[in-house]
Amino acid sequence: MALRVGIDLVSVDTVRESVSEHGEHYLARVYTEREVRDCTTPAGLDPERLAARFAAKEATLKVLRPGDVGVPWFEIEALRSADGWVGLELAGAAAKLAEEAGITELALSITHEGGFASAAVVASCASETGNQDR
Amino acid sequence: MIEEIRSIIRDHARLPVDVDTLADDTDLYQAGMTSHASVNVMLGLEDRFDIEFPDHMLKRSVFESIAAIAAALKDLQVSAAA
Repeated sequence: MALRVGIDLVSVDTVRESVSEHGEHYLARVYTEREVRDCTTPAGLDPERLAARFAAKEATLKVLRPGDVGVPWFEIEALRSADGWVGLELAGAAAKLAEEAGITELALSITHEGGFASAAVVASCASETGNQDR
Repeated sequence: MIEEIRSIIRDHARLPVDVDTLADDTDLYQAGMTSHASVNVMLGLEDRFDIEFPDHMLKRSVFESIAAIAAALKDLQVSAAA
């Protein structure tokens, strides 16, 4: 078994600006409906939560090592469970990359503070040879 | 097309350098474009050229330089015309 780790940091202001400038176009190209729902508060969309989820997607890409394979951001979904912890669900090309790499488990942690959101992803892999040629 | 791409990069890539100082093949990520900024560049390109990047083109190499973006746009325009 081998481990892979990915980490990412996102400015909350840049996410706020993207929502303001591109609106639904931005949300639909990056986030799933469930993620948008998780990021919606009574006051509206929370850019800190969105930024944390974008960081989760990028941290996951660092774990998947896609090389020249296209992976839409919405195929990497960061979801909050009923008990408050966050986890990852993969679909499409992202799920295929994980399978090819022999990834058996993914763990995610996210945080936001001081205008930045960060995420760390750890993957356990059955082998370390899965997608080394990409 | 190159000048329009440069304009979109100027507006959306949040580069710490003047885009006019970059060659067409300069690596935009090396020049300071973040992954999140690349999303805004993609959205700006889609709005300006009335196209949608298909899933298989959502990868770093498509947005890594002005020349790479121009090549991708030409591919999309050829596909749309076919």
